[in-house]
Amino acid sequence: MAGEKTVETTGLLGWLDRRFPVTSTWKAHLSEYYAPKNFNFWYFFGSLALLVLVIQIVTGIFLVMHYKPDAERAFQSVEYIMREVPWGWLVRYMHSTGASMFFVVVYLHMLRGLFYGSYRKPRELVWIFGVAIFLCLMGEAFFGYLLPWGQMSYWGAQVIVNLFSAIPFIGPELSIWIRGDYVVSDATLNRFFSFHVIAIPLVLIGLVAAHLVALHEVGSNNPDGIEIKGKKDRYGRPVDGIPFHPYYTVHDIMGVAGFLIVFAAIVFFAPEMGGYFLEYNNFIPADQFKTPPHIAPVWYFTPFYSMLRATTDDFTWVLAGAAVVAAVALFFKGRLSGIWRLVVPVILLLVAVLLRAVDAKFWGVVAMGGAVVILFFLPWLDHSPVKSIRYRPGWHKWLYGIFIVNFLVLGYLGTQPPSDAFNLMAQIGTLIYLGFFLLMPVWSRLGTFKPVPERVVFHAH
Amino acid sequence: MSQDTIVLDDDGAVDPNLPPDPSRRFWVGTACAVGGVAGVATAVPFVSTFAPSAKARAAGAPVEVDVGDIAPGQMRTVEWRGKPVWILRRTPEQLEGLKANDALVADPNSDRPGFTPEYAKNEYRSRKPELFVCVGICTHLGCSPTAHFEPGAQAGLPASWEGGFLCPCHGSTFDLAGRVFKNKPAPDNLEVPPYQYLSDTRIIVGVDEDNKA
Repeated sequence: MAGEKTVETTGLLGWLDRRFPVTSTWKAHLSEYYAPKNFNFWYFFGSLALLVLVIQIVTGIFLVMHYKPDAERAFQSVEYIMREVPWGWLVRYMHSTGASMFFVVVYLHMLRGLFYGSYRKPRELVWIFGVAIFLCLMGEAFFGYLLPWGQMSYWGAQVIVNLFSAIPFIGPELSIWIRGDYVVSDATLNRFFSFHVIAIPLVLIGLVAAHLVALHEVGSNNPDGIEIKGKKDRYGRPVDGIPFHPYYTVHDIMGVAGFLIVFAAIVFFAPEMGGYFLEYNNFIPADQFKTPPHIAPVWYFTPFYSMLRATTDDFTWVLAGAAVVAAVALFFKGRLSGIWRLVVPVILLLVAVLLRAVDAKFWGVVAMGGAVVILFFLPWLDHSPVKSIRYRPGWHKWLYGIFIVNFLVLGYLGTQPPSDAFNLMAQIGTLIYLGFFLLMPVWSRLGTFKPVPERVVFHAH
Repeated sequence: MSQDTIVLDDDGAVDPNLPPDPSRRFWVGTACAVGGVAGVATAVPFVSTFAPSAKARAAGAPVEVDVGDIAPGQMRTVEWRGKPVWILRRTPEQLEGLKANDALVADPNSDRPGFTPEYAKNEYRSRKPELFVCVGICTHLGCSPTAHFEPGAQAGLPASWEGGFLCPCHGSTFDLAGRVFKNKPAPDNLEVPPYQYLSDTRIIVGVDEDNKA
């Protein structure tokens, strides 16, 4: 019969290696995975996201042991965890703080990608898996937020599920199907619990694995946006690369230490974070007859929520106008060739008509969803000749600055009660957000780009 | 792998250079198609489990309400199909105020389909002018608006305010006939549920000429 595989390792490890790729996996992904040596502070957030995922899974497992997914008992069971389960308060605060910190590190991780062009060829799939992870995370956070069955849980779920009712024709039936009832009820709570503890986490873990496999296939980008695989030494190792282990494992442990200091400070001293991490209204049990006087989603959803609110009937005129202008510009000035030169402007004109024909409510949902979905297309929207912000024209940095400030302002507006002045600001913010991405094919190639160096910029510490 | 040997005298082996056998291709394709249909069919029961259960559907029974003791300007909330239903007895001044709103609301005559039964397609959106019955759920995204009956300017409301409802979620405003004001996120007037008078002081919510219990 066919014999055993020949391997270099001996003893127990050799026995394992002949049956399972232990050593080869270790080498491929850690000890012989060459990452650029010029990683900076921004590169902590990927490994931190993985750490938070582990924290959420572990604390989640223990919370499920005490939590009751039942509309009659859910709120009390959370209070029971907080007051009567030994150390239950710590586990729950770690989980609730972990949810917010997940978004903190993921937003920073995505911003890093934006700065250094980490989504550019050949890393499109790394980015796409990443955006899919972000979507899953939003779903996970949303489903999880219903579970404490407080007022915010209840009305937040009511609003978000009703988003689907804005879809023409099938919407109302669809939202009933999602809830499993005519209003958010016990049936809704149970299915959200199922999604939160098993369905989404499984998908999430699969996507995280795909994200890492895709990354290790193409290799990490770096702050200079240079391919290190271009310059190799005589052993075939990139001269500007260092093995992930031990160099970056040790580097990341430092990041973990810093992160845990902040994390522990929040868990122990400010778990509610002034109403941003745990909203005060959620300490009131769900009441299906009374919406709290002011409801807002948790902070990490508010930028998108602002865009939803900003899309009023008047605003669809502005969006329709923008679509017409884009159609004309693409037809006369665009770089599209052949049939697309005609088809794309016609589609845009059609969108302009639909913007006025269909309710603004529907377009609010489209704006909110589109703001996330547009991220998937980033690799094809960016046409700049260099990857990294370091070698882009100075005014590009200002654009990124405006984008970041705008995102934060939208986030703030989403936490506030609606008013005319804030609504106008949110509308301008929505235009800036969408314009940043939709006009990227134009602005990203403009300006004087700096020469990109041959080797990465690195100063030893 | 070193101990593997190449067998040369396997008469049954298929020459890898042969083109694909068309009849096998056909059966592989058929097997995949039939298997696929079976797979999709299996999804049907799973998808169906999401629909409201028999218990949830049965909970939609009509509700009888005694409205005799609701004083003018007072509102009572009752539960129907898990939703709040408001019953408001409007004062003559409040009814007068509705006229002033005709130019300010998006759909003054409730022409948009689906939210107003035929008998409520009037300025008051009710069977009898003073008694207003509606589902207290915003037509935008389902929050329950809060009552602001005092007229005049106040937080989030204009100076022309004649009394009405303000949705805390996205700022939609409705007048005392549940008509949505122009240029607000909510597309429709508040839903008037099917209802009937059983006597002068009793109504039943959930039943009318077209909707039997």
